[in-house]
Amino acid sequence: MSDVASRVKAIIVDKLGVEETEVTNAASFTNDLGADSLDTVELIMEFEKEFGISIPDDQAEKISTVGDAVSYIEANAK
Amino acid sequence: MELKRVVVTGLGAVTPLGNDVQSTWNSAINGVSGAGPITQFDASKFKTQFACEVKDFDVAKYLDRKEARKCDRYTQLAIAASEEAIADSGIKFETEDCDKIGVIVSAGIGGIKTFEEEVGYYFQNKEMGPKFNPFFIPKMIADIASGHISMRHGLRGPNFGTVSACASSTHSAICSFDLIRLGKASVMVVGGAEASICESAIGGFNAMTALSTRNDSPETASRPFSASRDGFVMGEGAACLIFEELEHALARGAKIYAEVVGGGMSADAYHLTSSHPEGLGAKIVMKAALEDANMTAEEVDYVNVHGTSTPVGDPSEIKAIKEVFGDSAYNLNISSTKSMTGHLLGAAGAMESLFCVLSVQNDIVPPTINFTEGDEDSEIDYKLNLTFNKAQKREVRAALSNTFGFGGHNACVIVKKFNK
Repeated sequence: MSDVASRVKAIIVDKLGVEETEVTNAASFTNDLGADSLDTVELIMEFEKEFGISIPDDQAEKISTVGDAVSYIEANAK
Repeated sequence: MELKRVVVTGLGAVTPLGNDVQSTWNSAINGVSGAGPITQFDASKFKTQFACEVKDFDVAKYLDRKEARKCDRYTQLAIAASEEAIADSGIKFETEDCDKIGVIVSAGIGGIKTFEEEVGYYFQNKEMGPKFNPFFIPKMIADIASGHISMRHGLRGPNFGTVSACASSTHSAICSFDLIRLGKASVMVVGGAEASICESAIGGFNAMTALSTRNDSPETASRPFSASRDGFVMGEGAACLIFEELEHALARGAKIYAEVVGGGMSADAYHLTSSHPEGLGAKIVMKAALEDANMTAEEVDYVNVHGTSTPVGDPSEIKAIKEVFGDSAYNLNISSTKSMTGHLLGAAGAMESLFCVLSVQNDIVPPTINFTEGDEDSEIDYKLNLTFNKAQKREVRAALSNTFGFGGHNACVIVKKFNK
């Protein structure tokens, strides 16, 4: 697992209170990990803080799975 | 329309004196102080460095980690107290009409720690633009404990918070009492919760010189009616009572602690933070509660005072009691349980109503601790029985609880022994 992936997964485990094994790349925040709309906004914020980036709203809307988040951050983190 | 009768059928508490009702009550009747040095933040630069904290509260007993994170500490404490009260009442919501069961669990301030964290983060990281947590608002707002409790149990009746600073949860009790009397609810989860032992609250109350600064002796700092009192001691916690329509309680064979018989509400219309020096609003509120209860002053045996241990507040309340109760004031037991719990702000009303209920049930009056002989204030009449230092056993037919909030809000509730 890449460094980004492991940090992303740690945040998801912490914020959503899910088991690490559930946090697969294909897992959807809302359909598989029990997140509601507010949880999803919070996750995006936590990614921004952790990686020192700013994720514009139109990009954030496209991030719905763990894999989406990892790919976006790998492409955009400094 | 004939008003319905209302009884108390369940109790819950998480307080500086204990994390349930029994341990809280035991500490209260044994005159134990809940005060100690502040552990929730580094208070070394603050004028006041102690408070009455809830100790060893384990939120995991009530909420999983994800849910707990979405609740400010005040809501966590509210949920814990409500769970104990609901379990104690023995009510089974699955067999009830939950459209008639409501919740008013109030806070005077609400999620001030959440506010502090979120706003603090924003101003420290302003160059990043506004980065507020989506749970900031729903954690902070002062009505949200009622919302959480309703969601946990599917309670779809009246649901809101009453905000009147340190009188908040007495207003919650009176509103709930009225809703049941009028037939608008059959059962109400009533309570108050507060968790404001944080930098902004201690600093803010210090700025008003409202808090005791007796840092060398936290346990003796809350000393209502002593000449050397120097302000209130911040407390935190939650207390919860189940109010139930009498016939509803009898039909399900509920245990009945006491009957709620009267509520009074008034305003000083005088000053932002000081009580009226002659206790004007306090007189009006006690008279209103007695009238609502259709009782005479002679029928009350115990007054749990607001008595926060502030220089102005304590004597004005005593003046009001003497005027309302007349000669019978000298037959009363009067005590300030804030001498032990500290001041739970918005939770004070529920906390002290709970003490009144247990006093009526057990015929014991919890004490006003920390009085020392020789520390008399010339403005206070010590011929009154202020229940100094030791609990007193006596028949308590009815008990009255006063709470007064910044803004001049006064609220008073009366409970008495239940007789069919």
